Amino acid sequence: MSSSIRHDDAHPRDLAPGDESDAHDIAGAVRGYLVGFVLAAGLTAVSFYLAQTTLFWQPSIPIALSVMALAQMGVHLVFFLHLTSGPDNLNNALALAFGLLIVLLLVFGTLWIMSSLDHNMMPMDKAMQMQR
Amino acid sequence: MTTTDATLAHPAGRPHEGTATRTHAHATERSSGVPHGASTRIVVAYGFWIFLISDIILFAAFFASYAVLSDNTAGGPAGRDLFEVNTVALETACLLTSTLFCGLAGIGANARHGRLFYGAMAVTFVLGAAFVGIELHEFATLIERGAGPQRSAFLSAFFALIGCHGLHVTAGLLWLLTMMAQIYAKGYRDDILRRMLCFSLFWHTLDIVWVALFSLVYLVGVAK
Repeated sequence: MSSSIRHDDAHPRDLAPGDESDAHDIAGAVRGYLVGFVLAAGLTAVSFYLAQTTLFWQPSIPIALSVMALAQMGVHLVFFLHLTSGPDNLNNALALAFGLLIVLLLVFGTLWIMSSLDHNMMPMDKAMQMQR
Repeated sequence: MTTTDATLAHPAGRPHEGTATRTHAHATERSSGVPHGASTRIVVAYGFWIFLISDIILFAAFFASYAVLSDNTAGGPAGRDLFEVNTVALETACLLTSTLFCGLAGIGANARHGRLFYGAMAVTFVLGAAFVGIELHEFATLIERGAGPQRSAFLSAFFALIGCHGLHVTAGLLWLLTMMAQIYAKGYRDDILRRMLCFSLFWHTLDIVWVALFSLVYLVGVAK
């Protein structure tokens, strides 16, 4: 019996992905979603404004939009999926971190390889000429 | 209890044949009696979490091909000629609000609050269906204008990426109706609530994917 108590103390309880760590009342949970919704809507509005405005240096817009998208994904993860940095969320966060690594390798690896291939390939019109 | 257990398991100074077997039997009994490992809710939701992450990797593959091909318009229309910012804003509003109501439905299910659950699920369904409807209308308009998936590599990748997300949302809508029917028919049982948790994880993840799509496909396409 004593060993089970020690076990619980040494390892904080895990949480299912999507569940909240403190089981509070309905009103508190609803408030959390509303805060997330307002933040996400605000970031969305700024993104749409950035895409249409001519006020800023245009080449910076895609980078600004990427940053806004990352911020909004963070808001969604924290307020809607209830992902925290707490020990009860360690497994969930680590699985997501690994997935993120694969996503980054996939996207940037593809862009790198394909641009390198494109750069080293003979231009299409020249290749056509040589075939004649 | 612990001290007596230990004395019983290891009778000091009285070694006999039965000791090993008795200690072993005692150990198995104890390890099965101790509540250890994760609850079914955690195991199920974690498994679904892993699935969602692999789904995100699938979207990343489509996204990578779109990123490579997005400039290859083969002399046809580019993103800025085709994308309607107002349509995308409407789609985004639908999906973002539906994800809020999906969260409220999850709260309602866990609290066994019927009106909150069914009401929020119904709003989620209407908004999700509106999203799919607007997207289908957008696709139809593009194809009508001769900008279908066969026009250029850019449009093939565009239709594949956005269509993949649209198919996910459509599947989510069917799952949503299933969850409403299951809660109605079977009540707020633990296994049904686990499915509801997985459904809300799925729906929230689709919204996260849409954030990447509207920002990096539509808005960057318009700004470029």
